[in-house]
Amino acid sequence: MSLLETRGRAPTALRRRAHHGARWPWMLLPALLFLAAFWLLPFARLLQIGLSPDRTTQQSGYWTVVSQPQYLQSLLNTLLLSLAVTLITLLIAAVVGCFLARQRFAGRGTLLALLTFPLAFPGVVVGFLVVMLAGRQGVLAQLSMSLFHERWTLAYSLSGLFIGYLYFSLPRAIVTLVAASEKLDRSLEEAARSLGASQWRITWDVIVPGLKPALLSSGALCFATSMGAFGTAFTLGTSLSVLPLTIYGEFTNYANFATAAALSVVMGAVAWLGLMLARALTHAGGEQPS
Amino acid sequence: MKRRALFCLQVGVTALTALFMIVPVVLSMLAGVTENYFIGLRSGLTLKWVDQVWALYADTFWLSLLIALCCLAITVAIGLPAAWGLLKAPPRWAARIEECLMLPVALPGLATALGIILLYGRFSGLRDSWLFILIGHVLFTLPFMVRPVLAVMQAIQLPRLEEAAASLGAGFWRRFFTVVVPNCRNGILAGAFMVITLSVGEFNITWMLHTPLTKTLPVGLADSYASMRLEVGSAYTLIFIVMILPLLLMLNACNHWLERQATRNALKELA
Repeated sequence: MSLLETRGRAPTALRRRAHHGARWPWMLLPALLFLAAFWLLPFARLLQIGLSPDRTTQQSGYWTVVSQPQYLQSLLNTLLLSLAVTLITLLIAAVVGCFLARQRFAGRGTLLALLTFPLAFPGVVVGFLVVMLAGRQGVLAQLSMSLFHERWTLAYSLSGLFIGYLYFSLPRAIVTLVAASEKLDRSLEEAARSLGASQWRITWDVIVPGLKPALLSSGALCFATSMGAFGTAFTLGTSLSVLPLTIYGEFTNYANFATAAALSVVMGAVAWLGLMLARALTHAGGEQPS
Repeated sequence: MKRRALFCLQVGVTALTALFMIVPVVLSMLAGVTENYFIGLRSGLTLKWVDQVWALYADTFWLSLLIALCCLAITVAIGLPAAWGLLKAPPRWAARIEECLMLPVALPGLATALGIILLYGRFSGLRDSWLFILIGHVLFTLPFMVRPVLAVMQAIQLPRLEEAAASLGAGFWRRFFTVVVPNCRNGILAGAFMVITLSVGEFNITWMLHTPLTKTLPVGLADSYASMRLEVGSAYTLIFIVMILPLLLMLNACNHWLERQATRNALKELA
């Protein structure tokens, strides 16, 4: 009797449990509809407009991007700049992250807060801060004036952009790397040291592999944001040849929608490839026996 | 010996980085209250630049606030159900969908904005209103609401609570509003501060979507940097920093609280 009863009850319980979770597609629907309407469709439209003929060359937008040297130059500038910013950001953030994760001193919390507080600054503000630092009236100009009697201004060139992107990326990378360094197993380093490894080998063979997932993820994010960082570039000078400014110029000054759309697609694709590459590398590392 | 040199190098790099991050902010805040920046602090301190900015750009401040609050309302309204859906979805699907929601953040905002203009720009009623900017902000901030809420849902073992409520006869919506939402309030709070901070500071999308009548604070900032005295730009930056600082402090406090709670829950689980 009791056996029959449990048998009779089990399917309803199961059904009810399945029923609890069965609404998940419906609950996700509003968010997904919003995404489809205002992100997927616009991006599809960009892809499509990129195919239409350019105003000057009469070729499709994509072909114009590939065949005109000024667009390739802009793409190359952006790519090299983003790569350089990513490498330097990771290097500095790894050193600062290791240091802050291991040392305990008075004011450490304040220091960390000060280092990460510019995280909320938009690109325009970062651009303005670069002007304060290295513009015509900036600290650098005043210092070089008093020391060498010449005025150094870096702000309105690619080096100014480099400083700005670095300023923008550092807080994000430091947050990630401090957290990752705190989780490192220090006994591994002690073991390596007792086996006679030099500090250089310990850094390269123990610390860097331990930080690898964090380095890859923050590096990919830094690369993607640098590829599309519009605000900083916009404040520092609209004549610089980097992708966001080229796109903006094509769109507003020349109403060249086809090329602007094609360039946006290329920019998005490069940023996306960077993210995918980082993920592939992380997974490749994860499958190795540790 | 070598370790000592390495330590000094680390201290040096950290100190330089801190200077690099802080010096320009301090300079800019000082410039905003200096009579004449080209002469320096000797010329005296004044609030006239701040007054001037407020007279010129007060409407950008209010519009930014309005957009941020509306953005918060929408991200809560569609983000909470989405987080619950991700919790219940099969893990493979959940990972894919979460990635899709991250796309507007991961890919350049300029491209997103261009696509939105090219597709929806012809509807002039929408194009001219601030709702156009709101769309971009919701796209950009939605993942920052979904992720903390989902993290809290996973930490507190929501399904168990829900089953308890269901066994007592509570229907789906009743469970959602009286069990799910109240139990996620810390995640919602952390997400809310993040959403407001990001929305107030968003520029890349907003610049493309704004019209002369719908300027937000960062758009006004770019405007003043391009066409005004250095002191005016600095005073405006000062106002911006004063606006986001409390938000950041609250966000920080929220995250600390969440972390502490997570460790407490983990300990309880072990016991």
